[in-house]
Amino acid sequence: MDPKTMMAVSETEGGSFWFPTAGTQIAKEVDGLFYFILALSTFFFVLIVGLMLVFVVLYRRRPGYARKFAPDHNSTLEVVWSVIPGILLALIFFQGFTGFLDMRTPPAETYEIKVVAKKWSWAFQYPNGYIEGELHVPVDRAVKLTMTSDDVIHSLYIPSFRIKMDLVPGRYSSMWFQANQVGDFPLLCAEYCGTKHSDMLSRVIVHPSGEFERWLEQASNLMSTLPPAEAGKLLYNRRGCAQCHSMDATARTGPSFSGTFGTSQPLADGTTVLIDENYIRESILEPMAKVRAGYRPVMPSYKGQLKDLEIDAIIEFIKSLK
Amino acid sequence: MSVLQMETESAAVNERPSAVNYLNCSHGFWSWAATRDHKRIAIMYLISVLGAFLLGGIFAILIRMELWTPQRTIMDHDTYNHTFTLHGAVMTFLFIIPSIPAALGNFVLPVMLGAKDVAFPKMNLASYYLWVGGALFLLAAIVLGGLDTGWTFYTPYSTTTNSSVITASIGVFILGFSSIFTGLNFIVTMHTMRPVWMTWFRMPLFLWSLYATSIIQVLATPVLGITLTLLVAERALGIGIFDPKLGGDPVLFQHFFWFYSHPAVYIMILPAMGIISEIISVFSRKPIFGYRFVAYSSIAIALLGFLVWGHHMFTSGQSRISAIVFSALTFSVSIPSGIKVFNWLATMYRGSIILTTPMCYALSFIFLFTIGGLTGLFLGALATDIHLHDTYFVVAHFHYVMMGGTLVSFIAGLFYWWPKMTGRMYSEFWGRLGCFGVFAAFNLTFFPQFILGARGMPRRYYNYPPEFQLYHQISTVGAFLLGASLFVAAFTLIHSLFRGRKAPANPWGAASLEWQTSSPPPLHNFESDPCAGDPYDLDSQIYDPDLSGYRFRVESEQLHSTHDSAI
Repeated sequence: MDPKTMMAVSETEGGSFWFPTAGTQIAKEVDGLFYFILALSTFFFVLIVGLMLVFVVLYRRRPGYARKFAPDHNSTLEVVWSVIPGILLALIFFQGFTGFLDMRTPPAETYEIKVVAKKWSWAFQYPNGYIEGELHVPVDRAVKLTMTSDDVIHSLYIPSFRIKMDLVPGRYSSMWFQANQVGDFPLLCAEYCGTKHSDMLSRVIVHPSGEFERWLEQASNLMSTLPPAEAGKLLYNRRGCAQCHSMDATARTGPSFSGTFGTSQPLADGTTVLIDENYIRESILEPMAKVRAGYRPVMPSYKGQLKDLEIDAIIEFIKSLK
Repeated sequence: MSVLQMETESAAVNERPSAVNYLNCSHGFWSWAATRDHKRIAIMYLISVLGAFLLGGIFAILIRMELWTPQRTIMDHDTYNHTFTLHGAVMTFLFIIPSIPAALGNFVLPVMLGAKDVAFPKMNLASYYLWVGGALFLLAAIVLGGLDTGWTFYTPYSTTTNSSVITASIGVFILGFSSIFTGLNFIVTMHTMRPVWMTWFRMPLFLWSLYATSIIQVLATPVLGITLTLLVAERALGIGIFDPKLGGDPVLFQHFFWFYSHPAVYIMILPAMGIISEIISVFSRKPIFGYRFVAYSSIAIALLGFLVWGHHMFTSGQSRISAIVFSALTFSVSIPSGIKVFNWLATMYRGSIILTTPMCYALSFIFLFTIGGLTGLFLGALATDIHLHDTYFVVAHFHYVMMGGTLVSFIAGLFYWWPKMTGRMYSEFWGRLGCFGVFAAFNLTFFPQFILGARGMPRRYYNYPPEFQLYHQISTVGAFLLGASLFVAAFTLIHSLFRGRKAPANPWGAASLEWQTSSPPPLHNFESDPCAGDPYDLDSQIYDPDLSGYRFRVESEQLHSTHDSAI
């Protein structure tokens, strides 16, 4: 886990005994229902276990104690203890159901962000086409995520907003939320997706009103204003490369970026390849074409998700790590 | 230790010449391996499923050790993923599903019916060997590349990962047939082999629960077989069913999988409830309260259990209307479960409660199952489930139901029928001590996981944020204590085989038929036809110090003789 996400995660230390900070109105509704069920459950638990203990004490077999008559059925009683819990259950169901509809029904006006998940990174695409690995949103504005997956099923989970939705390859799913608190909140993958499932972390950054647009404009222009190698490093951190490729020659799920450019490396099929611009470009767009020896063929393709300019920047960045 | 010594000495006093019984009537390897005696098959099943439980338990301890620190502790990412998958697969398919029906049920069911054996003894043996075959395939999968899909085999991960999914699927497929054979056999046995006087409503409730379980085994398990066949077809032949790249639908797999696996939860819990009904009644010395409600609630749970699978998929993108319908149906299952708990309490009311080891486990069951059941309400309610789905809250919930429920009940049943199965009494002191340990350590292990889940800790995570470490460490300490307590329970039973007092025919004063024959029973279960009677007419039994057990009360004898058993 990199230090940045670790920091974001540690901000959940606020909140209550049961929950992390509530960052939306709906989160507060969910907590309300949770506490309602908790109160009912506690009542029934104390009733059941309390009676059990009282009976064990009162009616334990002991010298001089003879058991008294008790009926072996009582239909009225049995109907009562079926119907009363039944009514309470209907109440819980109803509240869960209305809360769910609120959660799944976005208002008419939303700010739309597209999400693509792949092993083991997130890509959030803003309306102007800019893509980043963290989810930036304006405060007090309804945001709708339209989501899909590139490989296996993932699930986007923001504990502070109490929402979660699966991202299924081959179809779009959606979720919405309206953050009412400025700050950073952890964003996790909740559906098991393989080796680095537990490292598929990011964060939601809720910007104060007015600042979101400024951030988006600056971030979108950064690529064209930075020197290519630095832009490449930014992409390396933001778009998921860092998950599997190290900058310090250690081999992770994928080969290190350091000290490889210009060298010849063996491939899984026994041939060798020269690590040059063409090889890197091909590996980004069609990772299965030439898999390096000693690594599993698990890299997802970035075709259509990195622009030519961005691929060039990554190549420059790898070159700079000689 | 003094208690053990005392009991050992008293064992010598009670020693009587042993009669021929199912254990000593024949000898040699084939007398067991080719046996058609349901009791020997049950013993083979018992030893095998306990072996599987030990294996699953080792995986559990490894998982808890790795989670001691937020980062790497003893293993890497992939090894961890393999470990939790195998823990789930071994515990579910090799242990919990067959535990009560195939091991305890196989032993008890025909004797409770006053029958010589099950309806199809050869099929019963075949069921055991299918279990062994399935287990070998699962073990082979562990050796040949392992399994890292989670026990749920979700596509398209399971069709694309490079672990031994096909081998494991074949194993589970075969285990499914083992389960179907047992279920079919039990249904036919209960329909055709009851004595004439034993109407459906004079059957012990354990048999009702096995009947409900068998219906699910026969109707739901084929769906698992078909699903896994399709999965293997997709992986091996590239036929597009679940993988969107081949034109399939990955969510379809989840529907198929849970159409079996949710009813399978009731395969696990229903027989457990049946055991508790027997034990609570016997050790409260009172007929079960509301027999018909308890019996019907088993059937209701079995049928409603088929209609709730969609509650595993509230975040999968299924339509809103199906989510709402599944949520409503889910709540309907909790009513019959609640009825059972209230009826057990009412059975204890004004009883004469004896805290034997089986009763201590049964009371633990009520405590743990109540928590397991009530936390299900948080997950059945849509709005809260969205937050809690796939977190440790779910992990804690199903361990409270499956382990706090089924496992604890399995141990309760094992201690309850142990004298009948082996002819030996165990030390009540060590039995109760083990029970207390299991109960306390269980809560220590799993209660913190509710808090972890509500605070946003997803399941199946190898690394986790440092703020969760304390809860994980409490849970890990609990897991070690739980393991130690289970060993205490195991040693109590094993010790009894060598040093235990000889068991009387009816040590507990129960009125169901299995207590009318000797402990252990002869090969054909009864020397003469058992007497007809109400299985819950406990007043028909009276303690006889000469037998150090119970016998039928003669009309003239007082109900409460000047006291009672050696327990």
